[in-house]
Amino acid sequence: MEIVVNGRPQSWTGRVTVLEVVRSLLDDRFDGVAVAVNDEIVPRDEWADFELSHLDRVEVVTAVQGGDDEPLVIAGEKIGSRLIMGTGGVPSLEVLAKVLTASGADLVTVALRRVEPGARGSILDVVEAAGCRVLPNTAGCYTSRDAVLTARLAREALGTDWIKLEVIADERTLLPDPVELLDAAERLVGEGFVVLPYTNDDPVLARRLEEAGCAAVMPLGAPIGSGMGIRNPYNIRMIVEQASVPVILDAGIGTASDAAIAMELGCDGVLLASAVTRAEHPELMAAAMAKAVEAGRLAYLAGRIPRRLYAKASSPTEGVPEFG
Amino acid sequence: MTRVVVVGGGVIGLAVGWRCAQQGWQTAVVDPHPGRGASWAAAGMLAPVSEATFGEDRLLALNLESARMYPDFVAELERTTGMEVGYRRCGTLMVARTFDDVAALERLHRFQLDLGLEATWLESREVKHLEPALHPSVRAGVLVPGDHQVDNRRLVEALAVACRKEGVEGIEGEVAEVEPGRGVRLADGRQVPADWVVVAAGWRSADLPGLGFRPPVRPVKGQLLHLRDDPRFPLTERTVRGFVEGRSFYLVSRGDGRYVLGATVEEKGEDLSPTAGAVYELLRDCIEVLPGAEELQLAEVVVGLRPGTPDNGPILGQVGPGLVLATGHYRNGILLAPITAEAVRCVIAGVPVPSEVEGFGPERFEEVG
Ligand SMILES: Cc1cc2nc3c(=O)[nH]c(=O)nc-3n(C[C@H](O)[C@H](O)[C@H](O)COP(=O)(O)OP(=O)(O)OC[C@H]3O[C@@H](n4cnc5c(N)ncnc54)[C@H](O)[C@@H]3O)c2cc1C
Repeated sequence: MEIVVNGRPQSWTGRVTVLEVVRSLLDDRFDGVAVAVNDEIVPRDEWADFELSHLDRVEVVTAVQGGDDEPLVIAGEKIGSRLIMGTGGVPSLEVLAKVLTASGADLVTVALRRVEPGARGSILDVVEAAGCRVLPNTAGCYTSRDAVLTARLAREALGTDWIKLEVIADERTLLPDPVELLDAAERLVGEGFVVLPYTNDDPVLARRLEEAGCAAVMPLGAPIGSGMGIRNPYNIRMIVEQASVPVILDAGIGTASDAAIAMELGCDGVLLASAVTRAEHPELMAAAMAKAVEAGRLAYLAGRIPRRLYAKASSPTEGVPEFG
Repeated sequence: MTRVVVVGGGVIGLAVGWRCAQQGWQTAVVDPHPGRGASWAAAGMLAPVSEATFGEDRLLALNLESARMYPDFVAELERTTGMEVGYRRCGTLMVARTFDDVAALERLHRFQLDLGLEATWLESREVKHLEPALHPSVRAGVLVPGDHQVDNRRLVEALAVACRKEGVEGIEGEVAEVEPGRGVRLADGRQVPADWVVVAAGWRSADLPGLGFRPPVRPVKGQLLHLRDDPRFPLTERTVRGFVEGRSFYLVSRGDGRYVLGATVEEKGEDLSPTAGAVYELLRDCIEVLPGAEELQLAEVVVGLRPGTPDNGPILGQVGPGLVLATGHYRNGILLAPITAEAVRCVIAGVPVPSEVEGFGPERFEEVG
């Protein structure tokens, strides 16, 4: 039997109740959790008896106080923030340190081709001093071969299997080369890497990357450094709906609202660099991004109202509370 | 008599040594290869305005003040040495190639105007009229009339001569340990006694034993090219800074057929090897903006290590009794030589440093507790 839980299809065999679905997501932490099946709220005391049918749509929503719901998990690792920071374009190491603190980022990606891992007092030291984890990336690679070599180098130098895979088609657009990307992803997964590919906003390619064993998919909103926001939100939604690995929006973010939109679309996280590092006041923008990612996430969990052409009074006219 | 020993004989150490000796202090400059570090590799731009970026207002004020001191500094140096150091008031032309580059340049220009800096926006026609060597596709420019240049190699050579004339003892050797208030010990065992030690060892200032802390200075690799043409038909006579598809380069014309094309900024540790990619990218971007550059002779590929600090500003000031730091000049050491030498002189003489230097002391970093 197929049901759709929080927008993602799941298969269950035999009888399944709402309670079982909630348990599978949240163990027994039911505080502040609300459930709707096909847009109808199911009260807590009915969960155990409410049997789901084929193609039911289940929304499990956590009402959170101030904080996030559950942590982002990639390849079984909890990531402390849904905002992942890049380091490209930082004007100084001091600004980098401030930006990392203000962003609350846990994972920070660094271009291995541009930074000598052994150099003291350099970018990697700042990232570590800020208490962040380094996610090496293969920025600057144009072929699968170069990307695989860079990933191996990163593993040797930094002792991590994690790699943000970038294979760029040309310098002008910095768009991913899908053929080389998939090839590199397959090879790196084969070598035991945890691969996080930077990909086009192409749902089919995203699916292929997931099938190849990538631990997340990271579609672009717009070209790197363009600050154009999310040019094809429909594709991002399709990618989110299909994926069973985390979807991280990577590239294109120009300002805070772009990051919020990514999260509202259901992305599990946002990766950005230029929008912060090249802002007039990078530290302020980093703080703005942290709030935007959180706000977007909460809005996604809260479930937005449908868009309507005509007004609808916000207070009920007949004295009856509305649900759904 | 006050005795001063300066560790490092780059542009900073030599300028400091010269100024100290002028005070009548007994001065020595120690360096195994004087004048062959970053100061030899640099491009020699004196460019406070075209280098100004967001969030570095205090550094800008320091740079501007040192640029203001330059004419007198050079005049005095040329007078005492009889040498010519290529101080050229040539101005700098910033140009943008693509639509996106124009937007980036516009943003920078607004920032320049907000700060009250001298800079003029030029439309496509105007910029090409001013600089006919530009590719027709160049869309706009900003003329910065006050950003000049000096021939940094001639400058360090002249400073070395000025030091000698003023009685500075030049010691070819490597400092193995600093003994604040007492002097330094060299790698070959020699002692150089002094009341004051001035650390001006560029990026290697971080690793000097005996300081009691590690100044937060790191090497930041820069590659540039020396190019040549027939001085009778010069490609250009000013400094052109090009913005090309989000990247940038500068071409400094010495006005005598010599050019400097730079530069990369790389976090590569102590690596001093020239790379194919740097040569390619610098030439490609330059030729896109100044097609005539294709005809230039390639004379030299130069690699240097800038002394970088966490906030891009220099580390200038006293740390403890008898110990002064004058390092971390990152991208502006040539420009900052006059004000640095003056600041060190003030510290040792016990008089207030120029106000622009305040806030650049070592105490702003945690490492220097
Ligand atoms: C490619 C490039 C382009 C640049 N362009 C410009 C520019 O256009 N304008 C500008 O203003 N700046 C520019 N710079 C920056 C400028 O070159 C530096 O900031 C400046 O040269 C620093 O001077 P310094 O004397 O501190 O260092 P250096 O010139 O590196 O001198 C340090 C000296 O210390 C000596 N030393 C080290 N350890 C010891 C020891 N233990 N004992 C004794 N001596 C020791 C070394 O031998 C060396 O000679 C550029 C730099 C590079 C690399």
